[in-house]
Amino acid sequence: MTKVSMTVNGKSVSGDVAGNTLLVEFLRSDLRLTGTHVGCDTSQCGACVVHVNGEAVKACTMFAAEAEGAEVATIEGQANADGSLNTIQQAFQDYHGLQCGFCTPGMVMSAAALLKDNPKPTEAEVRSYLQGNICRCTGYHNIVRAILAASGQEVPAVAAE
Amino acid sequence: MPKDQGIGASTKRREDVRFLTGAGNYTDDINVHGQAYVQFLRSDVAHGRISNIDTSAASAMPGVVRIFTGADFEGVGGLPCGWQVTDRHGEVMKEPGHPVLAQGKVRHVGEPVAAVVADTLQQARDAAEAIELDIEELPAVVDMKAALAEGSARVHDDLSDNLCYDWGFVEENKGAVEEAIAKAAHVTTLELVNNRLVANPMEPRVAVGDYNRAAGDSTLYTTSQNPHVIRLLMGAFVLGIPEHKLRVVAPDVGGGFGTKIFHYAEEAFCTFAAKALNRAVKWTSTRSEAFMSDAHGRDHVTKIELALDADNNFTAVRTETYANMGAYLSTFAPSVPTWLHGTLMAGNYKTPNVYVNVKAVFTNTVPVDAYRGAGRPEATYQLERVIDKAARELGVDPVELRRQNFITEFPYQTPVAVEYDTGDYHATMDKMLELIDRDGFAERRKQSEAKGKLRGLGINCFIEACGIAPSNLVGQLGARAGLYESATVRVNATGGLVVMTGSHSHGQGHETAFPQVISEMIGIPEDQIEIVHGDTANAPMGMGTYGSRSLAVGGSAMVRAAEKIIAKTKKIAAHLLEAAEADIELKDGQFSVAGTDKQVAWGDVCLAAYVPHNYPLEDIEPGLEETAFYDPSNFTYPAGAYACEVEVDPETGVATIEKFVSADDFGNVVNPMIVEGQVHGGIAQGIGQALLENCAYDENGQLLSASYMDYAMPRADDLPEMSAYTVDHSCQTPCTHNPLGVKGCGEAGAIGSPPTVINAILDALNSGGHKVDHIDMPASPSRVWAAINSAS
Repeated sequence: MTKVSMTVNGKSVSGDVAGNTLLVEFLRSDLRLTGTHVGCDTSQCGACVVHVNGEAVKACTMFAAEAEGAEVATIEGQANADGSLNTIQQAFQDYHGLQCGFCTPGMVMSAAALLKDNPKPTEAEVRSYLQGNICRCTGYHNIVRAILAASGQEVPAVAAE
Repeated sequence: MPKDQGIGASTKRREDVRFLTGAGNYTDDINVHGQAYVQFLRSDVAHGRISNIDTSAASAMPGVVRIFTGADFEGVGGLPCGWQVTDRHGEVMKEPGHPVLAQGKVRHVGEPVAAVVADTLQQARDAAEAIELDIEELPAVVDMKAALAEGSARVHDDLSDNLCYDWGFVEENKGAVEEAIAKAAHVTTLELVNNRLVANPMEPRVAVGDYNRAAGDSTLYTTSQNPHVIRLLMGAFVLGIPEHKLRVVAPDVGGGFGTKIFHYAEEAFCTFAAKALNRAVKWTSTRSEAFMSDAHGRDHVTKIELALDADNNFTAVRTETYANMGAYLSTFAPSVPTWLHGTLMAGNYKTPNVYVNVKAVFTNTVPVDAYRGAGRPEATYQLERVIDKAARELGVDPVELRRQNFITEFPYQTPVAVEYDTGDYHATMDKMLELIDRDGFAERRKQSEAKGKLRGLGINCFIEACGIAPSNLVGQLGARAGLYESATVRVNATGGLVVMTGSHSHGQGHETAFPQVISEMIGIPEDQIEIVHGDTANAPMGMGTYGSRSLAVGGSAMVRAAEKIIAKTKKIAAHLLEAAEADIELKDGQFSVAGTDKQVAWGDVCLAAYVPHNYPLEDIEPGLEETAFYDPSNFTYPAGAYACEVEVDPETGVATIEKFVSADDFGNVVNPMIVEGQVHGGIAQGIGQALLENCAYDENGQLLSASYMDYAMPRADDLPEMSAYTVDHSCQTPCTHNPLGVKGCGEAGAIGSPPTVINAILDALNSGGHKVDHIDMPASPSRVWAAINSAS
């Protein structure tokens, strides 16, 4: 076992991990931060996307020990200090960008990484960026709308009778 | 002005807040103190005899608690099948045993053979690898027609052959259909495959079994769309645990699409092992395990014939389908190619003669069961494809051919048992043609051709039977369950209320939409209403969510329970207002006496029910809690018209969707935002089936598509951009037999889109002079390219 220390959502944490413990296992099992999900075992689905030192990372592709000393951000740390949803989260709710919610943490973390690097993406850029995040419920339509809206761009409103 | 409360409002989903902040409570997020972990050892061959399992070395490995094999399950029931089909000769289907862990033989890749329970998952995995398993491999049965040939290897040694049933519907119509086809002016025939799919909800299945020895109580936390059904099936038929000693909890569930309806071996194992070990036992599926253990969908091979008279009126439809059951009968598998498929073969058309033959076949593959649409996409696909082919053969407009055959008068008794209550197929067709701008298509085609591309317009009409289902009817058809739904409305003393529903939400937004209905009925704000579901300990016996039934059946149960509450509160209000009960009106949360200014608020009446000092105790009981069970008198019949424009690159065979529109009739709509989201998701799955997804086996029964690296899930850039995409549900003919007038919207997109896409591709190819009548799904670039080049 190896002792590993890192900062997760601004808090210092540490634990003893095996060499093959994945970052996502450390987050979910040791820290009980169960918002980061595991949807596949081949690094395809993106349900486990977190930020490590500001970069989007699939937490199933990284050993916990590799995150030694890193700044890790997960979905649990995304809301505003008063608990209200941040801009991206609020846009996902406003535009119905989620249904079952399982892929959602990864989608929100990916969207945040995209908008950090590309604050006003085109629709094609959003869709291309999301290739690494699979959603089975929404058909992506409203996820794309939510991300464009979160970037401050005009998108059609949700359905109203 | 859009409504901001109640029925018809696009209320934002309250469940989103927890999902968006990582605070959801999915089954894998549940950890019971002291739990052990399970790793299943699964068969890596499709068919074989287990000659040896030696667990001794593995059992001695660190952390191993116990290793279970089939021998531990002798005397334990097998997984039951919930539907018994009777064949065309009056014989009941063949129903082979379905063991929790393989007994003597393995019958598909992925079948669990042994289960290691260990202190950690890593230890369980290591020990599973150390089990010595010898399997004497047998010839695998993969192809359905070969499976029925004389001398084929048998999946089940104790059955005479691989035929589960040979179903004819309506058998008495067979002769009339033959006669109509013989007399027809034109008969169009089409052979096609409805490709095998894997549902792939993003949350893999999970089961946590727990046991309280002091109380003798078992608890199962599981990823289920219907926890009461699992409790009944597992308790009564597999493990022999009475329902009062068994609690099943399905908390937040990350998508289902049908595949989480069924009772699975892993759930039974974890419940069994927890009791045997007096310790909680947890299993979390990997995605690779999901591909080889979640029930698959579709997998039909069909020949359909459409007969027309000299005026192009449809006179008969005859279909012959081979339906893959896989190695065992999954919970509702026999119903899918029969009653959920054959009854829809009239489609939107007044075809007088219909005969459906289905041969269900056992093969050495993963069991096949309901997947989004379940039987109805298979019916729609063949019917709407053969109609388009007929239009091409006859040189007539596919829109007009459909229109002239539309059913226009309701109720309409089809020749395949079901009676459509309402619909307006011309209205959805009109709406669809307007949205796709059919008039502008010729110009768009020209523009595509100028770029060297072929452009096609495909259309499709469909009908479904949802709101499943009248219990007495399905009982006659072989269901071993009732298909009512339940709700308990518990009003609190201060006027807020909780609805405990037998429906289960795994993405559909019940926690938001159901309160909209109650808010509309009582006139209190939606945020005073809470929905509880997914736990047999606190919801009344319910049948769960599938078949687009939650609002139509579960919502109706809730309405009935709320009506009982309202009736009782009116009695209380009449007492408090010293008026006649008949004169009491409830509006906006206020009871009033008609024609007077006398009023009492909802909250004061509720308080009186729980603090009954001034209360008609001689007439009514205190308290405010009512339960209703709603059993529908008919199915609901959502219908729609879809259109798609594709551009095909004849050099590469790549087909891209340039425009997609849907015009659905869902009857009344409670939350338009949620409805549109359901349609988006269904269309994405339908486009996935048409262009991308395929669950493939090789001739040895090896599963070739067992991960996201080789099963093509639709990604964001596989689907049309916002400007190319419109979903519409403005055509509304309310259901006539449920109190909400709703029909259900969950499956429409997956039913309506596959034939639309394929019809569009064929239209594109034919426009380029390539005489292609058929391409099987998924219409991959290689298939489209091959079709172009073999036709040229």
